[in-house]
Amino acid sequence: MKRALLIDDEPLARMVVLEYLQGFKDEIEVLGECNDGFEGLKAIQQHQPDLIFLDVQMPKINGFEMLELVENPPSVIFTTAFDEYAIKAFETHAVDYLMKPFSKDRFNKAVEKFLAQTPAQAKKQTETLLDTASQSPAQHERIVVKTGTKVKIIPVADVEYLEADDDYVSVHTKEGSYLKNKTMSFFEQTLDSTQFVRVHRSFIIKIQDITRIDPYEKDAHLAILKSGAKIPVSKTGYVKLKQVLGI
Amino acid sequence: MANPQFTFSKLRIAFLTGAVVWASLLTYLVHGFGFSWFIAATDGVINSLLLGAACWLINNNLRYFQPGKGSYINIFVWCVALAGACTFGCRWILPFIHNNQVYSNFVAQSLIIRFFTDFLAIGWMAMISMIWYSQLDQKENEKRKTEAEKLARDAELYNLRQQLQPHFLFNSLNSINALIGFKPDEARKMIHQLSDFLRGTLKKDDQQQVTLTEELSHLQLYLDIEKVRFGHRLMTEISCDKKCQDCILPPMILQPIVENAIKFGLYDTTDAVTVSIRAEWDDNYLTLMVQNPYDPKTARPRKGTGFGLSGVQRRLNLLYARNDLIETHANDNIFTTIIKIPQII
Repeated sequence: MKRALLIDDEPLARMVVLEYLQGFKDEIEVLGECNDGFEGLKAIQQHQPDLIFLDVQMPKINGFEMLELVENPPSVIFTTAFDEYAIKAFETHAVDYLMKPFSKDRFNKAVEKFLAQTPAQAKKQTETLLDTASQSPAQHERIVVKTGTKVKIIPVADVEYLEADDDYVSVHTKEGSYLKNKTMSFFEQTLDSTQFVRVHRSFIIKIQDITRIDPYEKDAHLAILKSGAKIPVSKTGYVKLKQVLGI
Repeated sequence: MANPQFTFSKLRIAFLTGAVVWASLLTYLVHGFGFSWFIAATDGVINSLLLGAACWLINNNLRYFQPGKGSYINIFVWCVALAGACTFGCRWILPFIHNNQVYSNFVAQSLIIRFFTDFLAIGWMAMISMIWYSQLDQKENEKRKTEAEKLARDAELYNLRQQLQPHFLFNSLNSINALIGFKPDEARKMIHQLSDFLRGTLKKDDQQQVTLTEELSHLQLYLDIEKVRFGHRLMTEISCDKKCQDCILPPMILQPIVENAIKFGLYDTTDAVTVSIRAEWDDNYLTLMVQNPYDPKTARPRKGTGFGLSGVQRRLNLLYARNDLIETHANDNIFTTIIKIPQII
């Protein structure tokens, strides 16, 4: 018996899935329904479902952002009216995605596909899905992190600098710093390169926050930010910085 | 503009009249020198025929080939050549018809004056034709330009009106799909609401303005559909001053603003959301105010006034040629959009 969770902000949309799931009474047990990403996140951690039916456009945090915060993400079937081209990229990585409104036949196919998967297959697929999802341009305007049990949404405009921290990246803002389980090169690629520069193997800084750049030891420099933070700038980082600043 | 056929025949009559007057004057003039009426008349007619042919030629040329700025010298050369040809024609034809020594001498002596008169007449004709045809051309161009502009404007307005989010349509269909299973009556009702709403958006034309009452009843259809989708999370408040009910506004101008407010409100908080719509009369303007709650901390950065709103702004600009009819404010977790529709009284 597999366990599933429904996450969608429209009650009627969940109703359809519930109704269609009646046909799989013996294979799938519905653990519950969630109104938004926060509830979804909590319920996933609590129940560790095997499968989630996930809407993309939801209040506060969207489906992709919620997935990013889940530690061991379950298999995902997207149910969405999202623009087709926008979701095309995830097509191969989610178990399936259903364009609303979808027929019962189409739904059955998706669920059967899920039931036919081995757990190892499912895990690998979800991991690739997450990688792809985070590349979508919509995700570059803000960074969603988890502090304890709370979810924090950081608009990119509030970010001062990013610092490598073991397997995590520490996102520094005026209000404090938050850990995000992503790599430096991920942020280097996805953040707006006219605003953010990777000045060091372990640092990405926001250009408009720089107040001064001082020489420091040989070949190296030190960038002083508005907040007073001193960020080391490597030789190659200095070259990159000069390029972006046009000096 | 006048029918070209008509102007063409009018031109022909004027041309003929001119030729007749010219021939009569010339006849009278030659008769004055003491020649018989017959000789004078042939002189006048032949001269006018030649001059008429020359004028016709230059007029026709200019009709199809408007000279460029640098080529006026060509026209001058043409006028000289045609005047020369006319004079030359008179010099040979007239003595040939009338074998009269006195008259032949008279023709030979008057050649210089004939040449200059012909040149002036042809030059005058060339000038008139040039002005006439370039003016025609300009009128034609202007007409084409305004027509093209109107077409472009209509197309753009049409597109802006059609910016109904497909998202809305698909989600509504999905809700209907859900309702069919356990509340078929409500499903049916929603189908009717949706079709009424869609029909309303289809048949509207920007040139035909609607009253606020009509616009609000159309908006109500939209709101009812959204309420079915979002259930208890969405609430609306509509208040409309009595004085505003008969105000006119472009159709479907309010809908994108409300759609924006709902989307912005619903996706930016997890609580229930109240979207309020107010219509007020303000010094010959119908002022419409739409408010929705939002969270300034997490609101996605929005470019300009937001997608839906930029379409409204463009529409207002196309219709009223003004950019100051829409404004937005954000404070105290409330986002306000205000549009003003000028009222003609």
